[in-house]
Amino acid sequence: MTDIGVKKELVAGRPDLWLRMENNPIPSCPGCHEPTAMRAILEALEELDAVGDAVMVVGVGCSFAFQSMVDLDYLVCAHGRPPDGASAVKRVLKGDHVVFTIQGDGDCIAIGAGALINAAARAEKITIFMLNNANYGTTGGQLAPTTPLGHVTSTTPGGRTPAHGYPVRVPELLATFQGVAYTARGAMNSPANYQKTKGYIKKAFAAQRVSLGLSFVEMLCACPPNWHMTPLDSLKWLEQTVIPQFPLGEFKDVQGASGKTQEATR
Amino acid sequence: MNGESREGLALFGGVLGVPPKALKSPLPASRERGDTGGERTSDHMQRQLVAGRPDAWMRLEFNPIPTCPGCQEPTATRAVLDVLEEMGMEGEAILVPGVGCHSLIPFMLDLDHVMSAHGRPPDLASAIKRVLGRGAADRALPLVFTLQGDGDCIAIGAGSLVNAAARSENITVLMLNNVNYGTTGGQMSPTTPLGHATSTTPGGRTPDYGYPVRVPEMLATFQGVAYAARGAVNTPANYQKTRAYIKKAFQTQMAGRGLSMVEVLCSCPPDWHMTPLNSLKWIEAHIIPQFPLGEFKGP
Amino acid sequence: MADRLFVQGNEAVAWGAVSAGCEAFFGYPITPQNEITEWFAREFPRMGRVFLQSQSETGSINMLHGAAACGVRAMTSTSGPGWGLMQEGMSNLANAELPCVVVLVQRGGPGAGTTRHAQMDYASATHGGGAGGYRNIVLAPASVQELHDFMPLAFHLADKYRNPVVVLSDAILGQMAEPLERKQLEFEPLPPKDWAVLGKAHHADGKRRGISIGQGFIPNPDFPTYLSFIDHLDKKTKQMRQDEVRFEALNVESARLILVAYGSMARACQGAMEMARAEGLDVGMLRPITLWPFPSQAIRRNIREGVQFLVVEDSLGQMVEDVETAVGERAPVHFLGMLARHEPREMGMIFPDRILEKIKEICRK
Ligand SMILES: Cc1ncc(C[n+]2csc(CCOP(=O)(O)OP(=O)(O)O)c2C)c(N)n1
Ligand code: SF4
Ligand code: SF4
Ligand SMILES: [Mg+2]
Repeated sequence: MTDIGVKKELVAGRPDLWLRMENNPIPSCPGCHEPTAMRAILEALEELDAVGDAVMVVGVGCSFAFQSMVDLDYLVCAHGRPPDGASAVKRVLKGDHVVFTIQGDGDCIAIGAGALINAAARAEKITIFMLNNANYGTTGGQLAPTTPLGHVTSTTPGGRTPAHGYPVRVPELLATFQGVAYTARGAMNSPANYQKTKGYIKKAFAAQRVSLGLSFVEMLCACPPNWHMTPLDSLKWLEQTVIPQFPLGEFKDVQGASGKTQEATR
Repeated sequence: MNGESREGLALFGGVLGVPPKALKSPLPASRERGDTGGERTSDHMQRQLVAGRPDAWMRLEFNPIPTCPGCQEPTATRAVLDVLEEMGMEGEAILVPGVGCHSLIPFMLDLDHVMSAHGRPPDLASAIKRVLGRGAADRALPLVFTLQGDGDCIAIGAGSLVNAAARSENITVLMLNNVNYGTTGGQMSPTTPLGHATSTTPGGRTPDYGYPVRVPEMLATFQGVAYAARGAVNTPANYQKTRAYIKKAFQTQMAGRGLSMVEVLCSCPPDWHMTPLNSLKWIEAHIIPQFPLGEFKGP
Repeated sequence: MADRLFVQGNEAVAWGAVSAGCEAFFGYPITPQNEITEWFAREFPRMGRVFLQSQSETGSINMLHGAAACGVRAMTSTSGPGWGLMQEGMSNLANAELPCVVVLVQRGGPGAGTTRHAQMDYASATHGGGAGGYRNIVLAPASVQELHDFMPLAFHLADKYRNPVVVLSDAILGQMAEPLERKQLEFEPLPPKDWAVLGKAHHADGKRRGISIGQGFIPNPDFPTYLSFIDHLDKKTKQMRQDEVRFEALNVESARLILVAYGSMARACQGAMEMARAEGLDVGMLRPITLWPFPSQAIRRNIREGVQFLVVEDSLGQMVEDVETAVGERAPVHFLGMLARHEPREMGMIFPDRILEKIKEICRK
């Protein structure tokens, strides 16, 4: 560990679940929000005292790296398939397990759309976290179904136009399914949004614990290298361009979920 | 149960074979399409005189309608043909069927068609439209539409459908919803209503297997979807309404406004283990209440 | 429960899985395996075990991935088009070293092909179709009893090697009914699955467990480098080749013509062999039971002066290539394939008398 790492830890603390890796404490790019989102999930698990019962199901994307950083039981699935794997884990273990996926936007709603939609159709009692950085980060920033209009990617060098369709709003989409109990969208760009998002995450886990149905939280994340911006400019861009096209908030919270959620949160 | 599964029929060779559950043809060996005179059995002549039939139905030597008695997939298809004829668009139409009982239908239709893998018609249709359509701004023609079952469209094909909607493909998706996998012997599909018994939910579907998916309602949430509706063909009135929905869907496509989709509720008497007549009653009493008819997005 | 049943092959698969202690089944409809999925849909919920209908075969194989990671015995079944969609998953299961069983009830290809019998998935079952670099055992039953008995064997081998196992059936075997004796088969004890994912609190040592499809790429204590992982796979593969070859040999010691066939075609060949021997022709038969690892040694052992081989497959010839590789230039290898079916539609079959005809043609020369 470098001095800097230690200092950061002293100032902000960090969840026990982050493993210390010898060479590479955080394998993501500088300014990446995916570790921030992962951290919010880990804090929520710790606060809910759900660490020992948690199983994390990882997809393929930059969040793939978290398998070596997080001290939880985990399973890595093929690209787009975490909802399939998580459904089976939840049904086979039969206990009070908290089973969640961590997926990128491409993993979740491009290649994995079929798996996601059908997990929702089956009302699986699992939680899906979609880290939306508006592109395929790992492979160099190509167009994803969630790329905002006008955004330049390596496969839409002139910016996304309606000829490539419109950005998909996944929590809004999933809210139409009867078997979905909770959906929300948060962001990692400010301490206030971080705290709100953590609240969504806790509610999503709580909905799972009381077997209400599928729960889903999207988290908007900056991806500075592929956006060709500095980390700071990425924050501004998130605020000015991404959030207006992807409104933050809760889109579904089934009747009684909040009440029950509160009980379960304790 | 089913050594009798109809899946074999969904394949080209099977159409000319003897289908286990299909209607025996009352027709004699026939002639070229469009020929309205000449000899026919009186039965057929009458039917044609009373209701007419779209020219695009071809007369097949052995097996004019390869679906089961009481099946409404041909009825729904007929509504499509009526619309094409009314619009004079048969020559511009390209049909992309998936895999299911509906894949039998193109063999009877005098339309250009490309059969796709199970669940993949939106992928093929997107490419056909983008290759043949004249540039991004003017993608009115040809009129490319899929013909899919509910399993094809929203189970195995959910990923293709959702992403065609996300890309706002200028195509029309037609989903024939018989609330089960008809071809393979009536298993549960994502659209099976709660309580409905299928061969994989012998005690009836329970919430443990989730809730029926309402596809037009779901697609309506996509910015790139321009039209979404659900019809039925269980009564003449519903048939006419469904025809109007299909026409609007095609017009939406020709105006280049984005993806259009019509779901049509269809009966499947053998797999529902009902007579054709009871199937119609069952649609009215149990399916329509869970799958409301109407338009969910549109002009 | 009766110890003796009269059942279809597809149902025998299910009874075999039950006796193996299979805890979870995932499936998607496809002819000619529907009876398997429907059996589990009916019986597993009653038995308190997991049945889940997937949205596609891609879904099935990935659900299998999830269930196997939890350490339970889990399976799926499918036919050609679904098997195609499962290839990526098979490759991932091999990397993740997850034991599970896939029953592949073959039908005619290519593409949607037919829903009737054929043996056209030999090549993809034995040589893999996903991202390469893996092998899996393929068992080929030839009777309803074997469809039952090979299920516990398949689960045992899967657990022993932490690798998926394929049971290669076909539409004839799946749909035909024969007497079945339900018996509990015994196997050597296996180590506990202490690698299974259960939630950290559920492990005696309190340490996390993880199942990755990136073994060799993402370093872990067992495999710090890519080649350390590949070396491990190599050892596993060699051990399977050495210890798991299974076959049945009938009258091969003295035979001048040896028939080679698997699955339903082995049944037709056995009939043909008996007819030929009744006519005084010295014909034997070698039936590979493991299609991978292939019994090449057993074939080589029977190459002697004057011996010839006849491979019968309900395809245009896939296993025949493995036989040719085993034999080399040292004996003639003849082939009878699906073009010898008794009629041209998809229900045509290769009957024993047609095989006998070919036997006589070879022996006459
Ligand atoms: C990859 C693949 N999996 C499974 C099948 C088998 N199959 C053929 S038709 C069909 C069901 C189609 O159901 P649906 O789309 O609802 O149409 P219907 O038959 O009810 O009209 C299935 C599962 C296949 N052909 N390909
Ligand atoms: S490419 Fe983007 S998402 Fe991936 S680690 Fe870097 S910043 Fe994060
Ligand atoms: S949909 Fe049902 S009624 Fe129609 S042909 Fe298929 S099995 Fe028969
Ligand atoms: Mg259907």
